[in-house]
Amino acid sequence: MLNYEKCTGCRLCEMVCSVKHEGVLNPSKSRIKIVKWEWEGRYVPMSCQQCISAPCLQVCPVKAISRDESLNRVQVDYDTCIGCRMCVAACPFGAMGFNADTKKVFKCDFCDGDPQCARFCEVGAVQYVDADRVAGEKQYAAAEKFNAVLQKVAAALASVNQ
Amino acid sequence: MPLDRRVGYINLTTGKIESKPISRQIRKMFIGGRGLDAYLLYNNLKPGVDALSPDNVAVISGGFLCGTLASATSRYHVCGKSPLTNMLGSCNGGGFFTPELTMAGFHHLVITGKSPKPVYLFVHNGEIEIRDAKNVWGQGVHETQQTIREELGDREVKILAIGPGGEKLVRFANVISGLKNSGGRTGMGAVLGSKNLKAVAARGTMDLKLAHPMEALEYDKRFITQITSAKVNQTQGRIGTPFIFGATNSQGLVRAENFRKNQLENADAIEAEALDELSIGMAACYGCQVHCRSKFIIPSGKYAGVYDEGPEYTHQCAFGSEPGCRDPITILAATHQSNMYGIDCLEAGSMIAWAMELFENGILTEKDTDGIDLRFGNTEAVIAMMERITYRKGLGDILAEGPLRAAKIIGKGSEKYLVQVKGMSNLNSDERATPALALNIATASRGSDHLRSRPAIDLYNLPEPVLRKIYSQPVKYDGPLSSDFRSYEGKPWQVFWQEQTYMGVDSLGICKYHTTFLGATLPNWEEWSRVVYYNTGIEMTPLELWTAAERTNNLERLFNIREGLTRKDDMLVDRYFDEPTPLGTPGIRGRTIDREKFKQMIDLFYQYKGCDENGMPKPETLQRLGIDKEPSHLL
Repeated sequence: MLNYEKCTGCRLCEMVCSVKHEGVLNPSKSRIKIVKWEWEGRYVPMSCQQCISAPCLQVCPVKAISRDESLNRVQVDYDTCIGCRMCVAACPFGAMGFNADTKKVFKCDFCDGDPQCARFCEVGAVQYVDADRVAGEKQYAAAEKFNAVLQKVAAALASVNQ
Repeated sequence: MPLDRRVGYINLTTGKIESKPISRQIRKMFIGGRGLDAYLLYNNLKPGVDALSPDNVAVISGGFLCGTLASATSRYHVCGKSPLTNMLGSCNGGGFFTPELTMAGFHHLVITGKSPKPVYLFVHNGEIEIRDAKNVWGQGVHETQQTIREELGDREVKILAIGPGGEKLVRFANVISGLKNSGGRTGMGAVLGSKNLKAVAARGTMDLKLAHPMEALEYDKRFITQITSAKVNQTQGRIGTPFIFGATNSQGLVRAENFRKNQLENADAIEAEALDELSIGMAACYGCQVHCRSKFIIPSGKYAGVYDEGPEYTHQCAFGSEPGCRDPITILAATHQSNMYGIDCLEAGSMIAWAMELFENGILTEKDTDGIDLRFGNTEAVIAMMERITYRKGLGDILAEGPLRAAKIIGKGSEKYLVQVKGMSNLNSDERATPALALNIATASRGSDHLRSRPAIDLYNLPEPVLRKIYSQPVKYDGPLSSDFRSYEGKPWQVFWQEQTYMGVDSLGICKYHTTFLGATLPNWEEWSRVVYYNTGIEMTPLELWTAAERTNNLERLFNIREGLTRKDDMLVDRYFDEPTPLGTPGIRGRTIDREKFKQMIDLFYQYKGCDENGMPKPETLQRLGIDKEPSHLL
């Protein structure tokens, strides 16, 4: 789950992602990217959305891309992949990258169930949660703002009544 | 590898560009960042040159661990000869610039000469290009960065730039990257301006190979936990450095109305809690989980609707306690001005406050100020003077010269109202009740400054065994230590130890909030030894790192001595000894620094540094550290 409101723009996720997957530190090889509007103070984490109807999967001419239901991810089989980069072109999020050194495409694989971006993000802008909990957490976050207003109203009423 | 990052040499007069590798031997001796900068500066600058002439040298760098998994390693360092102090010019800032410089293949840039026309440098994947800056000359710091990105067609370019302040050679102009990551002090922006160098842009996609990547990753996790579990960093992450203002102003440890007071009374409107109401969230530097930068939109006034970052403790003081203003909007607006104009907020605020004291004492009149009512508390005067200093209008032109030169021009006894060391205005704390902090500012290598040797934890009244634990590593210390910040006991050792520690982190490129600066439980020599090994493969014991810091601290001192520093420059202004603090808690009110005890502290401090009683490093010290034959031109 990516939450732009919590992101502080530090890009540690990019660093740990590249180290975990490539063994080198290089944000340009990270599967996650923080897109910034620095002059407005907004930072948006972007990564693979693991689409249900994935354009990369559909466009792949050799069927190297498939859905892995156990981890709810879209994955690349590098033994089948021919490196044509059609998936890079098809992805609407820019989440499929291409490593010019290894000549291979790359995308988020949830670190096989222990995503390092989420593990290192102390503010919780990147979280790895069960799909059926995502909506619940967002509902709570939104309701908290409403609750804060209600608390203020209650406090104001209490002071008036005194 | 961090080990394969290079030094670029750029001669702006001839346009000649070359680069050299940095050997393991050099790394072990001077590490990188500020430490290696001290070596490069000492070796490349001729003594006695005019700081604003083409003969000056500017070195821009990232630390040895820059951009690695050592948490918050984004600090950049710029050094040269200071046009403000005529001694070591040195400033340090965070953000995202040096990680990008590192990914572009470089750790250090040595810039010499002067370009015939305004230019900027573009560093990308091993190449350095000199580009025409006619489109950005005259622009503010933020606009400059946006224009260069558009020009280069790449939104990921990170830029270190100067503003109009640097172009107009304001002697305390700074360099800034992003919104507010300022290399604030000693006027390095003016040095770049004097070279017609508007900015350095970096973009890189080169692998940074870590020596032991998985170990570095796991150790970083542990490192981050240690850093974010410190209470001080949790507070920083919520409200930033303004929390320091609350803690120190309430006691009477803040400089107010130039030096007339040590506390701004009734300051609720500019306290951290009040500023926090205007904050729209926090931002972080590269890889840092502390996220101590506030984001804000100015709600009203001349700059209504403008987005910027800050304000920090220094802004609260420079535009609050110093000019005696209690208006948060003025603090936000002046913070934005200093970010946009590229001038040091601290020096600018100090110069304005000094002029205000002169105005109230009749040394300056409305004739001198072009009709501006410079009395303390006039918020509009602060905003007006910021602009006039930057563009050198009227009195602003004089104040832009910095304290000593301005006092010489104004005359009439104005110099006795200056609060400065080595020609740089004191920071915004009042050290009359805190001998350790007073010793720190008197002896700091770049003039009055807290980020070179301040034992800030001295204010926490920590028990003696805790102090002993902290200050006895990695070298043993069994002399006296005192929990009382008003005492003179053991303070020279604490200042010496902090000087070593800050040189250590500045050389590695780590932020000071991640070491014994404001918190007593943060990483130290032992932890650095390990992050250096995991990330770079270089094995250095804590003691070897300590010795490297001793070496580079001595090199900075040698630089200053070569430019004319003597013991009398390691001194406070008379007001510290003669005017007792008028306000504050009972333990702080009525204090001055004792001249004789202060002298004894300096003697001891020199002794710990391996200097003689005149503050000159002893030949045996230089020999032990292997810098007795400088300049050695190894690089």
